[in-house]
Amino acid sequence: MNQDGADRSRRRFLTGAVTVVGGAGVVATAVPFLSYWQPSARARAAGAPVEVDISKLRAGQRISVVWRGKPIWVYRRSEAAVDELPQLNERLSDPQSKVPSQQPPYAQNITRSIRPEIGVLIPICTHLGCIPLYRPEEGSVEASWPGGFFCPCHGSKYDLAGRVYSGMPAPLNLQVPPYWYPAENKLIVGEHQDGGAA
Amino acid sequence: MSEGTKTTGFVGWIDRRFPLTQLWEDHLSKYYAPKNFNIWYYFGSLALLVLVNQILTGIWLTMNYNPSAEGAFDSVLYIMRDVQWGWLIRYMHSTGASAFFVVVYLHMFRALLYGSYKKPRELLWIFGMLIYVALMAEAFMGYLLPWGQMSYWGAQVITSLFGAIPGVGDALMTWIRGDFNISGVTLNRFFALHVIALPLVLVFLVVAHILALHEVGSNNPDGVDIKKNKDANGVPKDGIPFHPYYTVKDLFGVGVFLFFFAAVVFFMPSFGGLFLEPPNFQPADPLQTPAHIAPVWYFTAFYSILRAVPDKLMGVIAMGTAIFLLFVLPWIDRGPVRSIRYRGFSYKVALALFAVAFVVLSYLGLQSPSMMIMGLSVKGWARIGGVMYFAFFVFLWVYTFFGLEKTKPVPARVKH
Repeated sequence: MNQDGADRSRRRFLTGAVTVVGGAGVVATAVPFLSYWQPSARARAAGAPVEVDISKLRAGQRISVVWRGKPIWVYRRSEAAVDELPQLNERLSDPQSKVPSQQPPYAQNITRSIRPEIGVLIPICTHLGCIPLYRPEEGSVEASWPGGFFCPCHGSKYDLAGRVYSGMPAPLNLQVPPYWYPAENKLIVGEHQDGGAA
Repeated sequence: MSEGTKTTGFVGWIDRRFPLTQLWEDHLSKYYAPKNFNIWYYFGSLALLVLVNQILTGIWLTMNYNPSAEGAFDSVLYIMRDVQWGWLIRYMHSTGASAFFVVVYLHMFRALLYGSYKKPRELLWIFGMLIYVALMAEAFMGYLLPWGQMSYWGAQVITSLFGAIPGVGDALMTWIRGDFNISGVTLNRFFALHVIALPLVLVFLVVAHILALHEVGSNNPDGVDIKKNKDANGVPKDGIPFHPYYTVKDLFGVGVFLFFFAAVVFFMPSFGGLFLEPPNFQPADPLQTPAHIAPVWYFTAFYSILRAVPDKLMGVIAMGTAIFLLFVLPWIDRGPVRSIRYRGFSYKVALALFAVAFVVLSYLGLQSPSMMIMGLSVKGWARIGGVMYFAFFVFLWVYTFFGLEKTKPVPARVKH
């Protein structure tokens, strides 16, 4: 380009100004294009809380419901299984459930639940999203199996509180969804007791 | 118009407005390729053929396919059962996907054999690698569309890989899926990317790949630079015009390829569960994972590496590195000799082991992780295979950088 007799600093300023303004325009335009990929209002509305009736749930049994397109398992642990949970601590990778994203504060306890015998989990393996098998019976996966969840995809093992064993491909405990009990035999999945959504 | 060419009549009318004759000469009738191309040089043109097959059959499939969670599975059955010749179009597309990877893997192996990634063809190689990665994305998204069990859970596993990224992982996963889990929303966007975005990218990259090839010229099995020996007219003495010599040769390759392609399409379209996996004949069920998830065969080598590492993030990094190392291969390999014919014993052994590792890893990726083979689990074998895979690159750098490779003298002209 011929720069003879031109005011170069003025040209530089104009080039810079156009680049900055144009760049800001490109960034602003990118926002709708990228946000378009986020869950739509309909997808978010489909995440409304779900009510579960647990009056007929016996020890060892499990109810499966869907919340936000994800399976939710509500299951009842036997008393023996609840008593056994603390003894597994040293074989687990996060026995105290210290990762806050994996359960609401009211489920950060040894059974990872509000009531010790009722477990509520999102059975999506924290490794690569497969659904583990529910194997509450002792010895059902291997001889020393105390009961828990076993992922068939890559072999991750969890105890009956959804806590992952150490040395597994899965890095985290199974997630506990927000939930609360409006009545003795009824529970609501997808919202906290104070009404706050997840 | 290139110098010395005078066109008249209709072609002349066009040539004064569009470089038709010049393009024809630059890329076909006066593009001089080495005269000693062997069987390994069929796979580039075959890849182009398969690309055309995929685009054509793909467009036809979209005419009856319904990209929704409610309708996808049924619309594929509708194509298979009710649409005139729909079964053929679909099997050509599904077989074409596997055929694409077959020819691309052989095409890439050819580059490793004859050093076709080396200077001055680094950018040509990188365009090729970008095609390979785009092709993997294209195949992965296409596999979700039939909305079978394997479609669904394959997509679940692969999109979960992004969840391994610290900090932004979960948000990124939701952004890619467009929902809190894989759903019809995900299906719809994968459809858009599969039929429009990625094919455009692929075609663009293929054009760039061919332009780069024709800029630097083709390599050959001797790894000799034919441009160093030109006759009085500036034509390489060891070169022959691509058209008619290699167009005719490639046509023969097309014939042989179509023989095998048609055999699969007509007699074994699912190829024993390798091209179309059995669980995919069941509709997607978000509440139940199939007992055994394996990706399609062309991804299983990298899937094996992912599974072999006990840590989620490290597994994803190992898998990404396995692909990334191929991108920088031209800079890892410091050896001056291109062709394996004149390279040292070390490279011959290393390349053989690398090929074995790739095949073994591919096989292991199809098996259940807890299966035992000769007293060692699939995971254990995959660790050995993975180490062999990475060792290829490490040792390649070591013996070429320190000049430990004993090469033979490279001839001045191509021999055979």
